Amino acid sequence: MTQTLLEIRDLHKRYGAVEVLKGVDCTMAQGEVISIIGSSGSGKTTMLRCINMLEEFQGGSIRIDGQEIGYETVGGVRRRKKEKEIARQRAMTGMAFQQFNLFPHMTAARNVMLGLIKVRGMGRDEARSVAEKWLDRVGLLSRMDHYPGQLSGGQQQRVAIARAIAMNPKLMLFDEVTSALDPELVNEVLQVIKGLAEDGMSMLLVTHEMRFAYEVSTRVIFMNQGRIGEEGNPREMFVKPQTKRLAEFLKSSSFN
Amino acid sequence: MDFPAFLDQLWLARIPLLKGLGVSISISFLSIVVGTVLGVFVGLALTYGYRPVQWIVRGYTDFIRGTPVLVLVLASYYVLSTVGIDLGPFQAGILALSIFCSSHVGELVRGALQAIPKGQTEAAKAIGLTFPQTFAYVLGPQALRQALPAWVNTAAEMVKASTLLSIIGVAELLLRTQELISRTFMSLEFYFFAGFLYFVINYSIERFGRYVERKTAVPS
Ligand SMILES: Nc1ncnc2c1ncn2[C@@H]1O[C@H](COP(=O)(O)OP(=O)(O)OP(=O)(O)O)[C@@H](O)[C@H]1O
Ligand SMILES: [Mg+2]
Repeated sequence: MTQTLLEIRDLHKRYGAVEVLKGVDCTMAQGEVISIIGSSGSGKTTMLRCINMLEEFQGGSIRIDGQEIGYETVGGVRRRKKEKEIARQRAMTGMAFQQFNLFPHMTAARNVMLGLIKVRGMGRDEARSVAEKWLDRVGLLSRMDHYPGQLSGGQQQRVAIARAIAMNPKLMLFDEVTSALDPELVNEVLQVIKGLAEDGMSMLLVTHEMRFAYEVSTRVIFMNQGRIGEEGNPREMFVKPQTKRLAEFLKSSSFN
Repeated sequence: MDFPAFLDQLWLARIPLLKGLGVSISISFLSIVVGTVLGVFVGLALTYGYRPVQWIVRGYTDFIRGTPVLVLVLASYYVLSTVGIDLGPFQAGILALSIFCSSHVGELVRGALQAIPKGQTEAAKAIGLTFPQTFAYVLGPQALRQALPAWVNTAAEMVKASTLLSIIGVAELLLRTQELISRTFMSLEFYFFAGFLYFVINYSIERFGRYVERKTAVPS
């Protein structure tokens, strides 16, 4: 029996007066790999960022492993959890960003070790060996003492993924992690993600790489104007889209 | 110019001149240290403070930075005593210079923190760091490197501003030099000599700054 990992109920998110998420519902089981596709501005990034509280949201709820993320309702009043509690909850998920966001003043190894030491409470030696293990896994053991400025974009992104995954998150979030890369560097990063998928890591990936989404996902979500427009397994969705919007989106995207 | 006579006078006046130099260095050092510590808090308040706090601190820095240092020095010496705070010239001077320094350092710190891309904070949050941890390990170290060159300039400015304390009677290097000139009439020589000493102090500060910059540079 697969266990529910993520449960999003009626998620509403506004920027000022503009509602960008208009009631998103989504349930994800342990070990699923879900790709989120959709046109620019449809709310893919925003949805991902709500899951680890990089954005506030005004309505609905997000649960990971049954724990309500970010907010609690006490006596009918919804309020933000304490900053420390939110930090703890953020460590349940890992996130990789489009712009890598490595810490430029730390070596690759120290980038990975920081969270292990300060959040997971490991000693230096243990953290170092965990960092070694994951940097090796993404093929960068020989670069572990290099600074981000000394690495290519593809290498930086792999370090960033190692940094997130080394924290042993329950769920990994990827936001267009190959969009800022030169075409010849895209594949090395996709291979790393594919490997994680094969290991059974639960992942939510926002991507414009339709071919990749088709290959690795157990399920695809099509976002359309702040709502889930359509979802299903990749074979059905890409081959026989049910909605006109998805059909149009697929036609305009690079999938062929 | 009678060079041997100048050396004679210089030798005779060595003790007061050295004392003056010591006072100048103390003034500069104290106001840089106090001003920097205060300035870091000013910078933090400007960047992360609640709105009303930001407004108040913004008013403070704009006001101070818009006021000539000499006015600050005179005010802290003459005006504070009228409200019952009696400071000696040395303390009043340090107070004025520290406040001046803090508003500049505050602005530097704010600029350095705001120049750090948002993604840095987000990445730190994403691995579960709290804000104090994010500041200590991610933002602070980057801001420090970013602000260092401008901070060295500010420190050099403080050394120059220390001369203003001669006006309220602090016996620092400039005042000692002027006393000496009124006795010996060797104005060119002694002004030149004092100028040289200020140059040495500021040159040392600059070299030190370069050294720290090199030591903390991130390879790329
Ligand atoms: N900080 C912000 N302030 C105001 N509006 C925002 C902000 N961030 C995003 N938006 C708006 O929210 C909507 C959804 O944005 P989001 O970034 O989630 O889209 P996306 O699906 O990730 O698009 P893309 O494919 O371009 O990355 C857009 O209309 C965008 O303009
Ligand atoms: Mg996006």
